[in-house]
Amino acid sequence: MINSTLKALSQQLAAKAISSEELAGLYLDRIEAANPLLNAFITVDRERSLQLARAADAVRARGEAGLLTGVPVAHKDIFCQQGWKTSCGSRMLDNFISPYDAHVIERCAQAGLVTLGRTNMDEFAMGSSTENSWYGPARNPWDRNAIPGGSSGGSAVAVAARLAPAATATDTGGSIRQPASHCGITGLKPTYGVVSRYGMVAFASSLDQGGVMAQTAEDCALMLNTIAGFDERDSTSVERTGEDYTRKLGDSLAGLRVGLPREYFADGLSADVARVVEAAVAELKKLGAEVVDISLPNTELSIPAYYVIAPAEASTNLSRYDGVRYGHRAAEYRDLVDMYERTRAEGFGREVKRRIMVGTYVLSHGYYDAYYLKAQKIRRLVSDDFKAAFESCDVILGPVAPTAAFDLGANADDPLQMYLSDIYTLSVNLAGLPGMSVPAGFAANGRPIGLQIIGNYFDEARMLNVAHRFQQATDWHRRVPAL
Amino acid sequence: MKWEVVIGLEVHVQLSTVSKIFSGASTAFGAEPNTQASAVELAYPGVLPVLNRAAVSRAIRLGLALGSNINRKNVFARKNYFYPDLPKGYQISQMDLPIVEGGHLTIQVGDEEKRIRVTRAHLEEDAGKSLHEDFHGMTGIDLNRAGTPLLEVVSEPDMRSGEEAVAYARTLHSLVTWLGICDGNMQEGSFRVDANVSVRPFGQAEFGTRCEIKNLNSFRFLEAAIQYEVQRQTELIEDGGRVVQETRLYDPDRGETRSMRSKEDAHDYRYFPDPDLLPVRISEAQIEAERIAMPELPSAMKGRFMSEYGLSAYDADLLTSSRELAAYFEEVARASGQGKLAANWVAGEIAARLNRAGLSIAACPLDAGRLAGLLARLVDNTISGKIAKDVFELMWESADSADAIIEAKGLRQITDSGAIESIVDEVIAANARSVEEFRAGKEKALNALVGQVMKASKGKANPAQALEILKKKLTA
Repeated sequence: MINSTLKALSQQLAAKAISSEELAGLYLDRIEAANPLLNAFITVDRERSLQLARAADAVRARGEAGLLTGVPVAHKDIFCQQGWKTSCGSRMLDNFISPYDAHVIERCAQAGLVTLGRTNMDEFAMGSSTENSWYGPARNPWDRNAIPGGSSGGSAVAVAARLAPAATATDTGGSIRQPASHCGITGLKPTYGVVSRYGMVAFASSLDQGGVMAQTAEDCALMLNTIAGFDERDSTSVERTGEDYTRKLGDSLAGLRVGLPREYFADGLSADVARVVEAAVAELKKLGAEVVDISLPNTELSIPAYYVIAPAEASTNLSRYDGVRYGHRAAEYRDLVDMYERTRAEGFGREVKRRIMVGTYVLSHGYYDAYYLKAQKIRRLVSDDFKAAFESCDVILGPVAPTAAFDLGANADDPLQMYLSDIYTLSVNLAGLPGMSVPAGFAANGRPIGLQIIGNYFDEARMLNVAHRFQQATDWHRRVPAL
Repeated sequence: MKWEVVIGLEVHVQLSTVSKIFSGASTAFGAEPNTQASAVELAYPGVLPVLNRAAVSRAIRLGLALGSNINRKNVFARKNYFYPDLPKGYQISQMDLPIVEGGHLTIQVGDEEKRIRVTRAHLEEDAGKSLHEDFHGMTGIDLNRAGTPLLEVVSEPDMRSGEEAVAYARTLHSLVTWLGICDGNMQEGSFRVDANVSVRPFGQAEFGTRCEIKNLNSFRFLEAAIQYEVQRQTELIEDGGRVVQETRLYDPDRGETRSMRSKEDAHDYRYFPDPDLLPVRISEAQIEAERIAMPELPSAMKGRFMSEYGLSAYDADLLTSSRELAAYFEEVARASGQGKLAANWVAGEIAARLNRAGLSIAACPLDAGRLAGLLARLVDNTISGKIAKDVFELMWESADSADAIIEAKGLRQITDSGAIESIVDEVIAANARSVEEFRAGKEKALNALVGQVMKASKGKANPAQALEILKKKLTA
């Protein structure tokens, strides 16, 4: 039961082979046992979850159940959820109980999904390892000495360790795809604007995008059906008619043009990852795909551009955490400015402070043109690269990260090295494109490696089908870590 | 040395939308503190701003009225600074691409008309209020005002006296209330003026160093603050000193301005486009729709009143000082068919009476229909001009029509020649001396005799008829 996909669980519930309450209890027991080892969850509230599950059972008893009614799911601690602590991995919000639901939470609740708990993450989603969490790092279930990736590390660990069949997550520079890759699960970041950011604690508003993690592409499609859609409360939400993201699952890949960006297979890519990605490409060729050589010449520039734009936006998005209305406030202070300074010095961790400083600097008078405006120009070039590439291919394939998961603490004192490892994921956010990570193999040391699939704007259904057909032909996504 | 004063004004016009500029919270004034602050104004984690299109519509209307360029693409930016009444830590405003650019406002100073150029007008949200009293060493924060839509209208430094500055502020005030985009309530802060003031020797091309006087919320304070500031600056320079660029506050109790912060303390606001809000796109169709929905502008109406009703520039200007007054006048003019007469009465009796009672035209106890009824009786000679003023007084105090009062008080003019003749005979008999004087060639004596006829008739005799009959009898 615990290895079942979302789809299978939905069928079990519909067949009344198990109740939602029993199912939630099963997962909550596993969380209770495993969380001390993995630190995947920040908040678990057994009674509250069971209550939700019983309510879902009641809905089913009334004959009003939908496809996902009663299915349990974990939420990244970045989505505001009424009555739940919404910490965003920060001491600043350790005492913050949200008074309202994010759009994503609302949609999940409407679909009858049962919240299992709130997953661990890098503070304010800033990080690639979940080591920046105020609640301590989450651990990779494949090797507890390894990082699980980040920032949605807790969600990835929960799905990989079968503590939840699916989880919500967010991706600003790779925060869904990279932990999905490191934990051997499937992760989907939709096109910017497909999922409303309303109620999602902001990191970098023009890059942040909510998405999902699950065992399979098919489950990701079901979850995306649940959380996608126009929301007038988010001005950047895209007004489009709803679509069924499962509708292309099963289509033939014959004639599919798969682009391989030269720049993604150059220096810096580890042999393990190169081998896994090449094997995956070969598999897709067997399924009828045609390989096209493409170029994304500004790939390298996406790192400095991203690390100017994201901190710039973050530096002002995080100004609201001032200790005045909610969240942490220093216990002692002399005056207003002292209160601000102490509150923020105590409430924020090192990486958050670093990015606030960088962001403040690049927006400062006299530096704005040289940094922020320049970065915006590069962002346009990066988008143009993708537009040109999609003239000759339907999807783009590549690695998610240069290596499999590194050891906990390995890059903790070298932020630059950490930033460089985001090279294959950042440009997708700069361009606002949809991207996925699909389990595709293992490194020599047994740590999972994912294949990145990048789709064209709003082409999630086709991208999901590429992942789905790959998963029908392979079993990487069925491998489960031994706990 | 002779000094020339240079003034530019920045006016914060609070737009009269029902809800706030980036949330659905109410903008109503005077509620209990923090009862009109939603999660957006409180800057809770995860909340997002959504632009209120009604604020955009109002900004477009002012732009059209000023003959400005409406930027088809305009952009909201974040202005970053920390203050407790600014919960997000930034104010959403417009910087590089404001909604309105260029345009001008024509002001009347004495007999002179002058064009004051408008630099720009941009949309922004208001901050909350910090309440430093009543909290014993602490500061209270009221976020009801936070997020209220403002249109900041910035003029070029085209004004050369406090009088011109006040005329500009008054004209802009009457325009925004005329357009219905602002309630104009200055006590409640709906129309706040910042004045940039500098002086320079006459004939000098460069501007002097300016000081900005913040938050003047009455025309009187505006004038007094400028007057004080001009004197301060000229005395400072004449004493060998130098004006320092700074922000100053006007203290109405002491009638002086004092330094608030110098340029060196100025914040680096780190403006950048707000990624939560897409650039605002304005279509030609929307601009046309706003244009059509706009009321006739005061300048156009003034011209029409002059040509259509034959009014003087002075009367037309006065009658178009507010939309309500203009509408009142026009209703009287149309109902009575007497434009000029209506103008005399509205600009004369009505204006004076309202002024004395401290009432606005909206609260006028005498509605336009009743006034038109009075004018009709004047025109058809039922009553004389003098009696009309008495009837007017009675109408002001009651809800009665002119006809009812004329009937009840028996004020109908005597036009029966026989009746007037007998009064004239009595007057001639009783005023022998005046009759003698008239016959001796003193024309003025005739007026005295007419006056006596009017007096004897309690004002009801038709004075023209009385005069005619008197003349006939005395020269016969």
